[in-house]
Amino acid sequence: MQAAAVSVGLLPIAGVSVRAMLGSLGANPIEEITHVTGEWTLRWLLVSLSITPLRRLGGFPRIAPLRRTFGLLAFFYSCLHFLTWLALDHFFDWPEIFEDILERRFVTVGFLGFSMMLPLAVTSTKAMMRRLGRRWNTLHRLAYTAAICGVLHYIWLVKADLAAPLAHAAVLATLLGYRAHVHRNQTRTTTG
Amino acid sequence: MLIRQAPHISTSEITDEGLVLRRREFLRGAAAAAGVAALPAGARAAAKENHPLLPNVKPGAFGTDEERTRYSDAISYNNFYEFGTRKGDPARNAGSLRTKPWSIAIEGEVDKPGRIDLEDLIAPHTLEERVYRMRCVEAWSMVIPWVGVPLGKLLERFAPTSKAKYVAFQTLLDPMQMPGQRRNVLDWPYVEGLRMDEAVHPLTILSVGMYGRVLPNQNGAPIRLVVPWKYGFKGIKSIVKIRLTEKQPPTSWNLSAGYEYGFYANVNPNVDHPRWSQARERRIGDFLKRDTLPFNGYADQVASLYTGMDLRKYF
Repeated sequence: MQAAAVSVGLLPIAGVSVRAMLGSLGANPIEEITHVTGEWTLRWLLVSLSITPLRRLGGFPRIAPLRRTFGLLAFFYSCLHFLTWLALDHFFDWPEIFEDILERRFVTVGFLGFSMMLPLAVTSTKAMMRRLGRRWNTLHRLAYTAAICGVLHYIWLVKADLAAPLAHAAVLATLLGYRAHVHRNQTRTTTG
Repeated sequence: MLIRQAPHISTSEITDEGLVLRRREFLRGAAAAAGVAALPAGARAAAKENHPLLPNVKPGAFGTDEERTRYSDAISYNNFYEFGTRKGDPARNAGSLRTKPWSIAIEGEVDKPGRIDLEDLIAPHTLEERVYRMRCVEAWSMVIPWVGVPLGKLLERFAPTSKAKYVAFQTLLDPMQMPGQRRNVLDWPYVEGLRMDEAVHPLTILSVGMYGRVLPNQNGAPIRLVVPWKYGFKGIKSIVKIRLTEKQPPTSWNLSAGYEYGFYANVNPNVDHPRWSQARERRIGDFLKRDTLPFNGYADQVASLYTGMDLRKYF
């Protein structure tokens, strides 16, 4: 099942690679690569966050491992996205890079989101889960914060057409809403 | 392995072989080895046969010797939100635009206002080829061989009055033909404007073609403005109205985000967009970025229009 998920998860980057080889990435290939890797960072992250609601509401008990699969796929795409930006947008001009991160808020929040995904990726193994115990759960709530950063990054970078960013925001809002709902119920039953 | 035959290209077509080879170099460097001699689908779909050659085009002034952007890129990478907001949308969706018959209303501070057919508007003038740099506010650029006529010469025919200080332009408003207008991504119709001295400057042209051919729909057919020292969004497309005014007219991107897009929109590497730097740009077809030039490299021709002006304030 995880193999199937990984195959699906790698389709976007496979598509980009094929298009790169065929020369059909359009007039601005670097922009296209940046855009595809960025979009699928956010999308796989949202998919990962929707596994638990799907499991509970849809009655699919065995899909829990897919949270990590799609989380790591999201991290993989975020690395590609960040690397593309560092290398092909800025050509490793570090003063320029730092200026962008510090001064352009959409870059700030994008960088923050990536930074949050790093510890999540590093602690994604079963060994790490055991080592961190309950703190693992607390740490991995950063996934939601990273998703919020991703959505803000998207909203703040578009010129005028908010349709796509807001669609992703709506999905995230639904997932957050569900999470809040579950949390409220749990608190009620333990204290009520 | 997919090896497609390149379609037969007649010798009368503009040569852009250098660009094709350079682009392949980029792909080899940036991705897997490209051994495939396939033209992108967009190039075939946007066949030049669809855009007839314009007759009697004379070489114009102010041309640059820089490498011209590949035709297939120029017609497939467009910002024309009236047809969708993605770069490929205008090429996909602009087929619904009817460019014949087309007339333009000339109004406002002129002694001879009226509505004039496009053919009658252009016929008295020599079509000139102007090879200009085009710099988008998004920090990419192209070199386009426009075909058009100087706006100043055109306006003279309508006898602007002494009260005419600005020229305002307006695009077609028709959501049936322009599906992007069904959403208010911008306030429609698209409007733009120039100060009178900018409008009559010899660099400023109304363009009816590019690469020796009739303007494709996605590039602003049948007639659009080209002001090469300003960001590309000043180049209003599919013009239906030209109005001479006393007061500075509203402009669409300024209405949309006034702190990001000003009226003047002169290309200026020293004045950043609030959300990104304007110091460098990606020339479409190039791998590396290049420095952006003040006034997009036309400082010698236009800097004098702005002496004494604080270009940070009047951006």
